[in-house]
Amino acid sequence: MAGIVGYGAFIPRNRITSEEIARQWGKDPAAIRRGLLLEEKSVPGIDEDTITISVEAGRYALERAGIDPQLVGALYIGSESHPYAVKPSGTVVLEALGIGPDVHVADFEFACKAGTEAMFVALNVVESGRAKFAMGIGADTSQGAPNDALEFSASAGGAAYLFGKDHLLADVVETYSYTSDTPDFWRREGEFYPRHGGRFTGEPAYFKHVTSATRTILERTGLKPADFRHVVLHMPNGKFPLAAGKELGFTKEQLATGWIVNTMGNTYSGSSPTGLAAILDVAEADDLILITSFGSGAGSDSFVLRATSLLPERRGRAPTVRSMLDGRRHYLTYGQYAKYREKIIVND
Amino acid sequence: MPSPRYWREIPARYRLEGGRCPKCGKVVYPIRKVCPECRTEGLETIALSRRGRVVTSTVIHVSPTEFLMEAPYPMVIVETPEGARLMVQVADSDPDEVKPGMEVALEFRCIQREGHSGILCYGHKAVPIR
Amino acid sequence: MREVAIVGVGMTPFGELWELSLRDLFVDAALAALRDAKADHLDAIYVGNMSGGQFVGQEHVGPLMADHLGMRGVPSTRVESACASGGAALRAAFFEVASGASDLVLASGVEKMNDGADVTRVLATAADQESEVYHGVTFPGLYALIARAHMAAHGTTLEDLAAVSVKNHAHGALNPKAQFRQKVTAEQVMASSMVADPLRLLHCSPVSDGAAAVLLCPLSRAKEFTQRPIRIRGTGMASSSMALADRKDPAYLDAVNLAANRAYEMAKLGPKDINVAEVHDCFAIAELCALEALCFTERGRAGEATRAGETSLGGRLPINTSGGLKSKGHPVGATGVAQAIEIVEQLRGEAGERQVKDAAVGLAQNMGGSGASSVVHIFERV
Repeated sequence: MAGIVGYGAFIPRNRITSEEIARQWGKDPAAIRRGLLLEEKSVPGIDEDTITISVEAGRYALERAGIDPQLVGALYIGSESHPYAVKPSGTVVLEALGIGPDVHVADFEFACKAGTEAMFVALNVVESGRAKFAMGIGADTSQGAPNDALEFSASAGGAAYLFGKDHLLADVVETYSYTSDTPDFWRREGEFYPRHGGRFTGEPAYFKHVTSATRTILERTGLKPADFRHVVLHMPNGKFPLAAGKELGFTKEQLATGWIVNTMGNTYSGSSPTGLAAILDVAEADDLILITSFGSGAGSDSFVLRATSLLPERRGRAPTVRSMLDGRRHYLTYGQYAKYREKIIVND
Repeated sequence: MPSPRYWREIPARYRLEGGRCPKCGKVVYPIRKVCPECRTEGLETIALSRRGRVVTSTVIHVSPTEFLMEAPYPMVIVETPEGARLMVQVADSDPDEVKPGMEVALEFRCIQREGHSGILCYGHKAVPIR
Repeated sequence: MREVAIVGVGMTPFGELWELSLRDLFVDAALAALRDAKADHLDAIYVGNMSGGQFVGQEHVGPLMADHLGMRGVPSTRVESACASGGAALRAAFFEVASGASDLVLASGVEKMNDGADVTRVLATAADQESEVYHGVTFPGLYALIARAHMAAHGTTLEDLAAVSVKNHAHGALNPKAQFRQKVTAEQVMASSMVADPLRLLHCSPVSDGAAAVLLCPLSRAKEFTQRPIRIRGTGMASSSMALADRKDPAYLDAVNLAANRAYEMAKLGPKDINVAEVHDCFAIAELCALEALCFTERGRAGEATRAGETSLGGRLPINTSGGLKSKGHPVGATGVAQAIEIVEQLRGEAGERQVKDAAVGLAQNMGGSGASSVVHIFERV
């Protein structure tokens, strides 16, 4: 099987705390933190978007792989906040990365699952032999409506994965996808903010798909929860992935490294891919890793990966996710946040 | 701005492609047809490093309309290790920390937009390396 | 080449001239110059104008002005070099007369900036569109970069910058044609709103309407028109890199130095021979850099010299007795010609309260963009 030959992540440096958002709407900050397990989230600058995040993450992935970008035969970007409604993000990113023109490019969308979708297709293009290397990126700068629960979690960031057949940093052992039509969260064309079905987004949507996908991939691989060193599940807020993880039989320790939502927020298509990058930043050779994404609408992609001995050698070539989460950050007031997220009406 | 004019600048703006004179070695950014030092034609394309040092700086307070929501913002002249100089905004920094000699990385950003319906224009900005 | 003299001058006041259109401004200045010389015909016209097109949608400015001056048939050419358009027009007119091709040539400049255009955007077209303006730098921003480089290299201070504005306003207060006739204090300058750090509103020349014109003829015929002809003894022009990032030293205006040396050489004079000068103070820092590039002070010492009063009326070398661009105003295309008019009036002894005693030789330095072009003229009393 093919596997990951390079990976990279990028999280914008601006932050806003749950406290600041709660104060804006007269909510109790402590209750929000307890209820959602969210401390702060990343905020994209006016000059940042899915394309810019993808470029930086893609650059880091290429650096870790150490390959000539001209050898990348396919590039896929999954997001629910592609900057254009019509005109691909992938073409801007390919030019910036020095890929192409001999390349197949497509933009993907499927709510928060679009990133792992892009990864799934990239993996398969390499496996089929149609490309030596293929990149799948998940990145988002999604919006949360003012005074809505999602405003506390919707954040910005993403991760890029380069797939190939040799010099793997992580083998892909198995993949599995579980999908059904479940209208838990959506946005109509032309609408600025998404809408959701409240508590319907829980059991019938997130939990059903995440647990079904994970259980099935465990069956197919014959692996048990205890076999895994690290697990990352999609993180729409702090609580859901911990609850789903527990339900599936994983421990807090297994979930800890990938659980970065409390200070990153929910980067939608970047969520579990960025959590996976945080895992790859510390995983040791032969560690088994599980990632299960979730996209509203709804579906989950699962991957079982095994870290190789090349991973610890190569990962130092680019910054870690923790360095982006814990390093230099700039805290915004709600007013600055509203300005950056373009919630303020201006003249054309 | 009109698409063709923007599209032509993509190698310079997206990949920081400059030119090196095969005769005198001078590196220019962006690339041009004639070396400004020795007038040799046929400069070789080179990709600049995505980092450099600040030569001089300012903070723009009264900005053009495209940049209204970002003002005030620092702008710098950066010199890359290849000896090329370019003018860019500074992102993710406190304006007071931007000083000559400061080391910066060059990150991909959306520089401006053609209003609500036009194209998105990308390039690089300097980010302090700490 | 023949010797060339200025035999008539005319200009509008500079300011917000709502009643006057682009063509009105030109005609007022041109008629005044013709009246001053009691001349009634022209062989050629040059019009310095940065952008009739972007300010008021009007290109083809040369023939438009000839037409409205009542001079249909006369060849008329618009000359453009951003803020050095006026100086470049003067230079072109000079050569047309010096070459013997024409006898009576009007060198003029005009700009109409207050008709609702986005002035910041238009002025920025004088900078490098692809590598500078694209990234969000403004005209004041470019000079702010120059200011900070000058401050870092030479220890120039905010007080030095303020001293330029204070001096030029003090001079402008004595100029009936100036846009701003009130003095300002250093405190007021330093408290004015920030435009591009460290340049504040009162370090920056204003947005202005205005026109200026001078009539040139061969020196041998000058007495037909005036008792006080002023000879253009030297002209020099130079270009430099468009992008500030490409200048070897962003704190040094190399085009100004090259242009000045060419003018000095042609005139067979040096900086010490100049009694009075108009320099291009689009921003306070520009005056300091120009003084150094013109070799009026040593590199890095212009701030000191200004604060010491050397460049004020009554000082060693009065600079910008008109009030400079800062106080007199800066209708872009007109400035280079208006600078020449101030020197002519000084050398004729007609500068009133602004008169520099016994001024015999003067210099005008006009500059475009952040210093990519500059034109220098040297004038002398005949």
